[in-house]
Amino acid sequence: MADDLDGSYGAFVRAHADAVYSTALRLSSSRADADDIAQETFVRAYRALRRYDRARVVALQARPWLLTITVNLWRSAGRGAARRPRTAGTGPAETADPRPGPEEAALSSEASRSLVRLLAELPEHHRVPLVLHHVVGLTYPEVASVLGCPVGTAKANAARGLARLRDLARTTAPRPTSPVPRPPSPARRAVAKEAP
Amino acid sequence: MTAPTLPTGPAALRRLRVRAPAGFPEAVLGRLALRPDDRFVTVGGPAGELFVVFNDKGISAVVPAALAGSDPDGFARYHRRVTGRAAVPAARPPSGLAAALRTGRGTALRYDLSGLSPFERAVLAKTLEIPSGEVRPYGWVAREIGRPRAVRAVGSALGRNPVPVLIPCHRVVRSDGHVGNYGLGVPMKRALLQAEGVDLDRLERLAQEGVRFVGSDATGVFCVPSCVHARRIRPSHQVGFRSSAAALVAGFRACAHCAPAPGGERSAS
Repeated sequence: MADDLDGSYGAFVRAHADAVYSTALRLSSSRADADDIAQETFVRAYRALRRYDRARVVALQARPWLLTITVNLWRSAGRGAARRPRTAGTGPAETADPRPGPEEAALSSEASRSLVRLLAELPEHHRVPLVLHHVVGLTYPEVASVLGCPVGTAKANAARGLARLRDLARTTAPRPTSPVPRPPSPARRAVAKEAP
Repeated sequence: MTAPTLPTGPAALRRLRVRAPAGFPEAVLGRLALRPDDRFVTVGGPAGELFVVFNDKGISAVVPAALAGSDPDGFARYHRRVTGRAAVPAARPPSGLAAALRTGRGTALRYDLSGLSPFERAVLAKTLEIPSGEVRPYGWVAREIGRPRAVRAVGSALGRNPVPVLIPCHRVVRSDGHVGNYGLGVPMKRALLQAEGVDLDRLERLAQEGVRFVGSDATGVFCVPSCVHARRIRPSHQVGFRSSAAALVAGFRACAHCAPAPGGERSAS
């Protein structure tokens, strides 16, 4: 990739698309937002790689570097009420694959849907390391480099997130429909049905 | 309701990993104004295995496997070396490819000839009309596209045909009865023509006798010798001509199928 960015970028996107998209989806809990964030991640990454010199591209740890962009995009997308209006027609809902992937289909969709709802209730500093390590499979040093914190902190926050998730499951289990912190818009609700 | 406690451990979280939506890489490359990667399939052709490369616009290249390594990785390396572009194996061939190879008729396929000049595209579009089992001289293509003096240029344009076999540049031959040159080698040209039933010996024999066109004194129609109608003329009725002018002077009219002379009406095929 260091020698031919344009020619190899397709393969680069293909190699990392699942990790970036999974991160975006599990942080934003909406397919439309996830598609926006994941696409934007690769657009920003390409522009950055254009500027980098050869040595820097060769030395790059692609996955944590990309997911740093993803997490930052998710944070800035959520900041403030003024959200970037979505483009009509070419919007992410159309490009998103509505069918669940093979792994998703294997899951009990009700259980994973509930788990996603609980995940959304975690505070950001627990949720991000939890998603990066347990969902996407980053190592703790990689999680730490994404968050810009010591490895111990990343590990501890992921562990606290896991414990918090367990507590939430225990307190919300008797009620089949747990309250969601933000009332979902109609579009959001339709998407949530498909996203386990 | 006595639902069991929801699993929230690492195993449950691992299952929340998902695939990116179909078309995601293409959407990203589109936003960056980068062309999506070429895709390719391997198919059995009339004279050996072929790699067929295509993109959203259509088929962009045909390469014999003998020329470009016999496995997909080898072909991807070859494609990158020749075009500077990445190529990934496709799940399915472009629609209509199998039928086009079976019938020798590639008119229904879509082609991406965006790297070519308007002249080259005109030459290839005209060549695409030559039916399987028939041949036309270089001069015929030149005349039909309205550039009767550009005979050599037609040869060069056909030599740069990126989609041989499908756009049948092997069906364009010299007017003196020789098959002429071919980008993939003259033996391949002869093999392709013989595979679709062209009687090369007959064509060469006629050319040596100075016969460029044949007519039937029963119908008063004359053709290029490989025309499907010319091949049906009984020997007792067959008349040979050195030129189309000679045939016209003798009172014959030009075949509407093979268009052996300028002007005249034309059938669809």
